[in-house]
Amino acid sequence: MIITQNLTKKYGKQTVLNIEHLEIPTGQSFGLVGNNGAGKTTFFSLLLDLIQPTSGHIDNNGVQVNTSEEWKPFTSSFIDETFLIGYLTPEEYFYFIGDLRGQNKADVDALLAKFDDFFHGEILGQKKYLRDLSKGNQKKAGIVASFIGNPEVVILDEPFANLDPTTQIRLKGIIKDLAAKENVTVLVSSHDLIHVTEVCERIVVLNKGEMVKDIKTSTETLKELETFFAG
Amino acid sequence: MFKKFASLQWKSFFRSPNFGKSLAVKILMGFFAVYMLIVLAAMGVASYFILKDIFPDQSPMWSISQYMIYWILIELFFRYFMQKLPVMDIKPFLTTPVKKSTIAHYILGRSAASIYNLLSLFFFVPFCIVLLFQGYSFLNVSLWLVSIIAIVLGINYINLLINKSDKALIALGTIIAVLYGLDYFGLFSVKDFFAPIFHALYAYPITVLVPIALAVLIYYLNYKYLHNKIYLDASLKPKNVQVNTSDLAWTKKLGDMGTFLQLDLKMIWRNKRTKSQVWISLLFVFYGLIFYTQDIYAEMMPMKAFLGVFMTGIFLSNFGQFIPAWDSSYYSMMMSQNIPLRKYLESKALLISVSVVFMFLLTIPYVYFGWEALAINFGCALYNLGVNIPVILFFGSFNKKRIELDQSPFGNMQGTSANQFLIMLPVLIVPILIFTLFYYLISVEAAVIVLSVMGIAGLAMRNFLLDKVTQQYRKKKYGMIAGFKQKNS
Repeated sequence: MIITQNLTKKYGKQTVLNIEHLEIPTGQSFGLVGNNGAGKTTFFSLLLDLIQPTSGHIDNNGVQVNTSEEWKPFTSSFIDETFLIGYLTPEEYFYFIGDLRGQNKADVDALLAKFDDFFHGEILGQKKYLRDLSKGNQKKAGIVASFIGNPEVVILDEPFANLDPTTQIRLKGIIKDLAAKENVTVLVSSHDLIHVTEVCERIVVLNKGEMVKDIKTSTETLKELETFFAG
Repeated sequence: MFKKFASLQWKSFFRSPNFGKSLAVKILMGFFAVYMLIVLAAMGVASYFILKDIFPDQSPMWSISQYMIYWILIELFFRYFMQKLPVMDIKPFLTTPVKKSTIAHYILGRSAASIYNLLSLFFFVPFCIVLLFQGYSFLNVSLWLVSIIAIVLGINYINLLINKSDKALIALGTIIAVLYGLDYFGLFSVKDFFAPIFHALYAYPITVLVPIALAVLIYYLNYKYLHNKIYLDASLKPKNVQVNTSDLAWTKKLGDMGTFLQLDLKMIWRNKRTKSQVWISLLFVFYGLIFYTQDIYAEMMPMKAFLGVFMTGIFLSNFGQFIPAWDSSYYSMMMSQNIPLRKYLESKALLISVSVVFMFLLTIPYVYFGWEALAINFGCALYNLGVNIPVILFFGSFNKKRIELDQSPFGNMQGTSANQFLIMLPVLIVPILIFTLFYYLISVEAAVIVLSVMGIAGLAMRNFLLDKVTQQYRKKKYGMIAGFKQKNS
């Protein structure tokens, strides 16, 4: 359960995020959409305690994220390429994250085996450093790394961007599988309305930092969103 | 076209991230640059008289010709590290209607105006002026200067050609060592062999054509090479380095800390800037030779304290001052991961401690210059271990400047702020002051003991101190994340 209370983030006079109340129940697959500058990444950064809220707070499973670090063991995320360590090979990176999350090599290997399809033979055993991989392949590595260590909350910022069509379709499957697990909450942001409506049970639309729509996904949702964004 | 390129160059210089440094750093760097130029020019003036003094029975021109070959080789050696062919900037021009030959000429022409070329001129021009005043013939001297400029340009372009291979560097290093060895042990006088060749450039003005022809030839080779390489997938593409994976299994024995230590070792070894940092640190072991061998410094104990702190702590200050900026490109990941910050810092402390001990072991041979050298280095090493490590880690929490790991360290001011200069104060000056105080009040022994005791006390309180440092890092976390995100700062 992730509860956001009176959360605001201001830079100078400009309010970039203002969420009065938002509850994301455990196990929900939650989608965040909005145009550039709507506050999606700001919200995720606040949730990960990477920036400080101007007021209010977020509780992640009962832990207030900006005062305690207890949320870290059960939360994992991939925001952008800066989450990767460029001078490691993908394997080394996975093992490193595994180490941090209390998983040994065998655990990590077992997890990676499940993503063979997703990797499409372009990640493992390439003898390349992460910095030398293409943007799309870097993203694949980062996304899979966020699944290491059985996290209960998974945060993915724009996971579909930069991926090829095949990988996008596979990723949708992976996120659906993950969300189907009872205790895993998945938070995804995207510019692609079709993808989000497909994988998320609930979609929140942000506009200039404000929550303007909170939709339980149904067959009409895509239409509704398209009408909204067509403005 | 050239004018357009030049104006772009001008903008890229004044709008470069390094240029936007804080004023304090700019002024300090400015002073440093001016100081260097003045020293070079002064050396140019003084060389004539120094050479005359050392070799009274031969003309300074002849003496300088003897050393010319070493100058060329050594300059090539150093340029290998410092000067790179700046090809990446031309990527945007590939699809514009600009002739490839123009681009190639531009890149090469631009490198002629490189600061490294000017440096030599700052030495040779004053030298030539002195020669004129001493009654050397105007024609000969001025054409000699032209030859020198041609040689400098030749060096410049040779460097661009050989810069791609490490083998060339090793070959160069070997040649220098062998030639010097031959000279030193009197097996073959390299100096005397090359002296007439270089002296001819002065004695027979017409020979000026030889270096000019050589420079043009090398320029042409470069041009040929470059012209064929202006494709996205050839020279413009950064090399994909084959990885060398070693699993460093032994670090696992250190538990949680091992994870970070392993990461640090990989970071140091796989990134240009950190790797050269290690080599530079090792080279500084020889720094002591400059001072220990001179009689003026033999009785100057504070100087020895400086050497002790500096030599055993060179890696500590070179590497330590940029903690945690080394990890800046993925710092937000680190902060959202399940990371025990304490272990992260402990692993850095361990790494630096090992370097201090290692550097101390390397400086042991200086005992040859008296037991004080060894004793002082020992005391300083202890002080570095106990006091300076927590101090430098603490100051690290003020670092907010991003570092790109895969750029060359030379002349690279990335990550530098006024903080880096302030840091020198407690790390370097304080121990020297303490030493000097007790040395003049009591004795060398007392001063060494005081430094050692402070170091041991610091070691004993290591846990407490690291706790404080950890708290400091927690407090500064958001500022660091925000700062490290800014690519152009």
